[in-house]
Amino acid sequence: MRNVFAVAGIVIKELYRRKDFYVLFILTVLICLVMASVNIFNDKQIVRYLKELCLLLIWVSSLVIAITTTARQIPAEREQRTLLPLLAKPLTRTQLIFGKFLGCWIACGLVLVCFYFAFSVLAASRDHAWPLLNYFQAAFLHWIMLGVVVAMALLGSLVFAAPSSNSTICFVVIATILTVGRYLDAVAVAQPEPFRSIIYTVYFAIPHLEIPFELRNLIVHDWPLIGWNFVALDALYLLAYAAAFLVAACLIFRRKPLN
Amino acid sequence: MVTILKADKLRVEYRNREMRQATKIALAGLDLEVHAGEVFGFLGPNGAGKTTTMNVLLGFVQPTSGAASLFGIDVRQPIARRRIGYLPELTYYYKFLTAEELLRFYAKIFGLPRSEADRRIDDLLKLVELEHARKRPIKSYSKGMQQRVGLAQALINNPDLLILDEPTSGLDPLGRMKVREIIQRLKNEGKTVFFSSHELGEVETVCDRVAIIHQGELKVVGRVDEIKKTHHSNLEQAFLEIIGYQPQTAS
Repeated sequence: MRNVFAVAGIVIKELYRRKDFYVLFILTVLICLVMASVNIFNDKQIVRYLKELCLLLIWVSSLVIAITTTARQIPAEREQRTLLPLLAKPLTRTQLIFGKFLGCWIACGLVLVCFYFAFSVLAASRDHAWPLLNYFQAAFLHWIMLGVVVAMALLGSLVFAAPSSNSTICFVVIATILTVGRYLDAVAVAQPEPFRSIIYTVYFAIPHLEIPFELRNLIVHDWPLIGWNFVALDALYLLAYAAAFLVAACLIFRRKPLN
Repeated sequence: MVTILKADKLRVEYRNREMRQATKIALAGLDLEVHAGEVFGFLGPNGAGKTTTMNVLLGFVQPTSGAASLFGIDVRQPIARRRIGYLPELTYYYKFLTAEELLRFYAKIFGLPRSEADRRIDDLLKLVELEHARKRPIKSYSKGMQQRVGLAQALINNPDLLILDEPTSGLDPLGRMKVREIIQRLKNEGKTVFFSSHELGEVETVCDRVAIIHQGELKVVGRVDEIKKTHHSNLEQAFLEIIGYQPQTAS
């Protein structure tokens, strides 16, 4: 584990020393502040729309950071040739993959802490409420969901030649899962065979990321908390997908020549 | 004499994915032995198979056939790399780290205790003359400084065997001299150094033995003075003769 943590530490250092995160964070906060300062039609419920838009921005920003940070990890190591002195040390390729995953995932967690803290301050200034447990549930499952995204992007970085193509494909896949993934079973029912079976297979094979995404509503509409056992089950379900992507990444990377 | 590095009938073939392209033979049954305490020069023209040999020794490339070992351990085992240091050709280290942080990171991978790591980092930064720049990000380093930080990372675990791939490539005469001095100092400390280079003058100065490889085949291996004596010339002319270079005369 020592090697995994050492690699993860470098990834985290890279994130806070690069400007990507700060740019996105400042941009998101600025947009949210501008929205918060506007009072449309004297609507008392306007704060809900504000919260919804802010959370959507946080989701988009977190996906951008997770995918772009992860997608460049292995290609940058290859391009800069730092992979060679690294693997010439007693570090296995599996440890490197797990270290990169852990580093990107923890970095995403730190990013979420910053985003949700800024959001909670902004929301409290308008709403005069601080539902910490709701924020925790939403942020926790958001972070677990980013684990799937990070593992997927890491696998993609070993399959696709360029980080840009990997990032684009990951964005399209995640956006598709979030928007239409949950309706695939309904689509399958209306299709003749063999399309029905194919769509059903896709429906059951893809990771369903909609629960963390829909947990935004806990905050937006001040709904009561969902059961902690349900949160734990969804977290386990998502972690299983992240593990599957990581195992695939390790298997591919172990066979990849480094010359 | 203790054999530190051994290659036994090493063969590496690269299959070209494109149609109608022949399989490239990078190494054709290479046999090589490097003994403890010697500085061994690995010479050959570009594309001769020097880097491929190093890649096999470091476990980056699987040989098509044959075997290689470091300290008697198969190179495919990560433990074989515990006692080696490796400096690749033209590496751009993590730009966002300082030299000190980079060395600390590599020290962690070797599991060096904090006090030991601190001591090694201080010694190495002194050795490669980067003490003044230890807190500066690597992105602000010149090429020579980057190469020296590379040398420092290769030495972080106090290795018994140092594998250097063209360590003076792209350096100015001063930088080359400094690297040569470091190799000489390591030799005096009893370390084994295996390095490839195109700078034959430098090889002549620091190497005990050399091997010349051409088109994946080992052409000659022996002491520098013996090779020079056999070919009645300096190492450069002997090298050109061995690889079959025919100078073109103006008609």
